[in-house]
Amino acid sequence: MRRTDLVEATVAVLKRAETTLPSWVMELIEKAAGRETSSIARSSLAAIVENVRIASSDGVPICQDTGLPVFHLEIGRDLAIPPFLEEAIAEGVRQATAEIPLRPNAVDPLTRKNTSDNTGLGMPDLIIDLVPGNELRITAFPKGAGSENASFLAMKNPADDPLDYVAREVANRAGRACAPVFVGVGIGGTFDLAPRLAKRALFNMPGTSEMELALLSEINRIGPGPMGLGGDTTALGVKIETAHCHTASLPVAVNIQCWANRSATAAVKDEGWSID
Amino acid sequence: MEHRLRTPISEENVSALRAGDLVWISGTVYTARDRVHALLGSGEELPVDLKGAVIYHCGPLVRDGKVLSAGPTTSGRVARYTKEVVERGAKLIVGKGGISEEAEALRGKAAYLAYPGGCGALAARGLRVRKLHLPELGMAEGLWELEAEDWGPMIVATDSYGRDLYLEAKRSRQEITNP
Repeated sequence: MRRTDLVEATVAVLKRAETTLPSWVMELIEKAAGRETSSIARSSLAAIVENVRIASSDGVPICQDTGLPVFHLEIGRDLAIPPFLEEAIAEGVRQATAEIPLRPNAVDPLTRKNTSDNTGLGMPDLIIDLVPGNELRITAFPKGAGSENASFLAMKNPADDPLDYVAREVANRAGRACAPVFVGVGIGGTFDLAPRLAKRALFNMPGTSEMELALLSEINRIGPGPMGLGGDTTALGVKIETAHCHTASLPVAVNIQCWANRSATAAVKDEGWSID
Repeated sequence: MEHRLRTPISEENVSALRAGDLVWISGTVYTARDRVHALLGSGEELPVDLKGAVIYHCGPLVRDGKVLSAGPTTSGRVARYTKEVVERGAKLIVGKGGISEEAEALRGKAAYLAYPGGCGALAARGLRVRKLHLPELGMAEGLWELEAEDWGPMIVATDSYGRDLYLEAKRSRQEITNP
């Protein structure tokens, strides 16, 4: 793999993710707008559709919160992992911050000093899976603070109903997370595995199982609607990922994603790269 | 009802607003988020006069003096300073997600408007940079003096009579879950 290919691919997926929305996300938003019975909710959803149209045609970020640089890397098991992997992606983030441009969001958690280029300790955040094949698939998944701040983890009692808990908590929090939201749920595992399952659930959105659809409709039954101002659509999709947990534990994590469910993927090969 | 307002915002402008109305603003808009509010909370003087002002909870994306994307940030983080903002004369607070129980500080004096969250590109179309105050706070946290032209649509979420759409949505949720 060539370093320049990885840098270019990183810039390209960030640019695509920040200025457009995947078509399946837009379809869900437009469908929700058509179903809404509240005029206030219809006005918010119409603004969202118009906003994405402007961002795409002008090539500017959909939201001024261009997020923290989170990437999902699917690394082919037959690929020789290059020594510059992390460094080239960080360079791509720096270039994208200057070129697109992106708002510099990364600060030291204690001094609050901004690095000005969206990189820093632990940033970009690379979430890595090993997969069959000989290419690297890189997905930009910029994560804004509004929805991240509304996310949560609880070590529940095994006697509790995790789905009822998730529905109530999401309904409580979605209004300040730019609803309608996508709800990534991680149930089981350990204290730190549950939130990782929840983040991965966002990569596999939307879920279509009976349990996921039931949770989605429960959230929409009790939720506060778009932007928390009343209406029928609090969530657009739910995905649940599970892992076995200790017989004495029930970790439940929810990673909330706002309506701007931004992502874009490229494949980087031995020579060259291409965006999906 | 729809309102097209020009700054400075008067008491009459505020008292005409009712929860659920739509608003477009022209004139001066000041951004303020965590750091500017912290200054305000510690009693410091701000470089701008807030009498009749529109305060926007926003950390814009700006390049070469041009606003590229400028949607609202979550108001809950700075809600605790609502009383100070209103006491200094601000008449309209624009943000997203509401200010919960701090909304009481608005009664008879000011209103809270919700700009649709995440709609940064749309918001940028109605906003131009006049000046960056407190540039040492950085792009997101600095105090931007913006010129708005037919900037909207915003929804009156909390009016000066105490009606709050967030509270109403929350109450109807409690009624469903605890019948």
